[in-house]
Amino acid sequence: MTTKKEPIWIARDFSKCSGCRKCEIACSLFHENRIWPEASRIRVFMLVPGLEFPHFCAQCEDYPCVETCQVKALSIDSKTGAVLVDEEKCTGCAQCIDACPGRVPHMHPTENHILICDLCGGDPQCVKVCQEGKWNVLKTVSKKNYAYKLYARTPEEITQDLAVKMYGELGEEFL
Amino acid sequence: MTFGYTGKFLEVDLSTENIKEIKFDDEVLGEYIGGRGFAAKILWDRLGSKWETINPLGPENTLLFLTGPLTGFFPGGRICVSGKSPQSNGVVGSTVAGEFGVELKCAGYDGIIITGEAEKPVYLFIKDSDVEIRNASHVWGKDAKQTVTLLTKECRGLLKKRFPHYGEWKEPSILYVGPAGENKVRTAIVGAKWTHAAGYGGYGAVMGSKKLKAIAVKGTGPLPEVADMEKVKQLTQVICEDVYENELWRRWGTGSAGYEVGATTSSEPIRNWQEEWHDEKSFGVDKFENRVWIKPYWGDFGCPTTCLKIAMVKTGRFKGAITDNPDYELQAYLGTNFGIFTPEENVFLSSLIDDLGLCGIQTGNLLGFVGELFQRGILTKQDLDGLEPKWGDAEAFAALARKIAFREGIGDMLAEGTYRAALKIGEMKNVDVLQYAVQCKGISLGAHGIRSGKDYPEIISYACSVQGGDHTSVACLPLDDSRSELIMIFHDSAVYCYFNIFGIPRNLKFEFYKAVTGLELTQEQWVNTKALRILQLQRAMLLLGGPDLKWKPKIHDENPARFYEPLPSGPYKGKTVDKAKFEEDKKRYYEAVGWDENGIPKSMVLRKLGLEDADKALEKLR
Repeated sequence: MTTKKEPIWIARDFSKCSGCRKCEIACSLFHENRIWPEASRIRVFMLVPGLEFPHFCAQCEDYPCVETCQVKALSIDSKTGAVLVDEEKCTGCAQCIDACPGRVPHMHPTENHILICDLCGGDPQCVKVCQEGKWNVLKTVSKKNYAYKLYARTPEEITQDLAVKMYGELGEEFL
Repeated sequence: MTFGYTGKFLEVDLSTENIKEIKFDDEVLGEYIGGRGFAAKILWDRLGSKWETINPLGPENTLLFLTGPLTGFFPGGRICVSGKSPQSNGVVGSTVAGEFGVELKCAGYDGIIITGEAEKPVYLFIKDSDVEIRNASHVWGKDAKQTVTLLTKECRGLLKKRFPHYGEWKEPSILYVGPAGENKVRTAIVGAKWTHAAGYGGYGAVMGSKKLKAIAVKGTGPLPEVADMEKVKQLTQVICEDVYENELWRRWGTGSAGYEVGATTSSEPIRNWQEEWHDEKSFGVDKFENRVWIKPYWGDFGCPTTCLKIAMVKTGRFKGAITDNPDYELQAYLGTNFGIFTPEENVFLSSLIDDLGLCGIQTGNLLGFVGELFQRGILTKQDLDGLEPKWGDAEAFAALARKIAFREGIGDMLAEGTYRAALKIGEMKNVDVLQYAVQCKGISLGAHGIRSGKDYPEIISYACSVQGGDHTSVACLPLDDSRSELIMIFHDSAVYCYFNIFGIPRNLKFEFYKAVTGLELTQEQWVNTKALRILQLQRAMLLLGGPDLKWKPKIHDENPARFYEPLPSGPYKGKTVDKAKFEEDKKRYYEAVGWDENGIPKSMVLRKLGLEDADKALEKLR
């Protein structure tokens, strides 16, 4: 796969997610050289069985997490559009979590800094494994002028929507 | 410490609420690997000297949840549940898919050992090294779906409160019992993710007897260090590429077999195995796919196959029933075995069985047996609390399943499982009904018949298995055959899903074991020494038996009587099991695994494997 030069976005089709969690494995191997689901920058939630989906940064147009960071630990990668975490500067204050409309960032389980998807520098490993497996939940596309922020939703919100899509009215019972 | 292991086990005594961490020597890890092998070792060491007296449903039983070194690394995560089985009085390594094993290792434990019994319903909540026994009164009596919903919410709430700056908490992984387990039904499962089950062995009843409703685990650490991560990645890629090529298997899983195994290999249970052939195209995989699938690929940790699908009934009487699309076993046992040939009825029954926490295979076998006794007039409407389980009547079978789960009326007797219920009914009616019970050593047979000779088990497969009717652990020759019980012991001990190995070189699993643990292991070493040692321990405990039942190889290393009847229909009409051939094969098998002519492991063989105490214990049976 060639590394895209312009800013990219990972298009996501949650309802196709098989829950195989290969994206978590690939992400944590790439960033931590361990299989470490909780240290993955993309995390598969299963608040209701059958409604698995990957939860990860949507690169909002206005980057509220970057805006809110008091210590300037977060910046925008001019090449890819990803949010970059300066692990030295980050104090682990968690304000970016509250600033994110989807509460996507989470703390590294053993280090004192936040974890946010960095798009692997333009060649996202999660997309690679998802495409290899032909699941097509994740696909890299060029970033255009769309309201990507709509995709920054909390795990509960996404689960609610998927519950209706998959299980109809019954879905409400499982929340 | 050996690579691939966390090096620690968690031990919880529910009677005293004592929680501690224990370790095993590297040598023991190397010899018994994990999962099923470890279960045999732990149970023998702790309970072996008084095995016959241990009531599987009493506080003296030990319940085990064990990972293996390959759990989380080899594609397709599972966990092995074991203990003294309330079905066979032996030991069954019963594995269930899901993320539980991975979470447990990430929490820092290779396994959980549960002893004693709680006074009131409890569940265990593990967050890394924080382990607590919590009240489960509010979920006691709840079905699978409700239990998962309530405990997911409760545990996430606790995590959020305790770690407010962590961000959003993913759900913990949960193993649970439904009402059937709570009521100590012998065909109760340990469940995961609404629909997954550790069924063979009946460990749901053991969990229920200990008043342990569930275990929820959240591990935030990494999986343990491995010997060679580059090799693990490379071998994983080999497995995945092979699986991705096999698109039809990925797409259908075993779900095409509900039609195929009946129509082509003629080895599917129909109306309690009175037939094994059908040509009902209404039960084709296309019907399932087009009518009830709502998610075509569903899987567990690291799995490239995702043989599961989610199914939901959209119209009619059973509208709203949700389950994983019945795999072959449940298409057969909750479909054709009841004379049912539509996806909707099959999905409805499968969903109900999930919710009640029953084993679809063994409860389907049991209810098929009841259906035949009703057909023959041995059990009447009166005996069955007014119910009439006529072939094809999904609602009647559903009503009986509910009675079993709650041990209501006739359900109390049936809750003892096919074999024990057959003994009781036989006594009550003074009729030999064992001839209609399709089981082996208290464990119902998987849905793969042996009469046509076209399916994978052989005529000695169930009779000689140390796990009775378990279709995932069949005896066959040669001992290193890929279907052999001794090879299955590797999958169940290293603990991963063997559905990911079908297309890869046979040696790859041992290479994978070496990449993870750093330890050399050849197939020859495995089959002739390590697996054989585990098999002998399982055989020893199976033959020592329990307070209510003991097995005599001369009588019980045998096929169900039904398999000596000729197939009445289909392309293999007239075919049956040749008794003389069976005896011959059995003799060859005994010789190959080192059992004497009475089926007892030979003294010399046990001693060579270092099992002197097992040899002594078996002396009284020789």
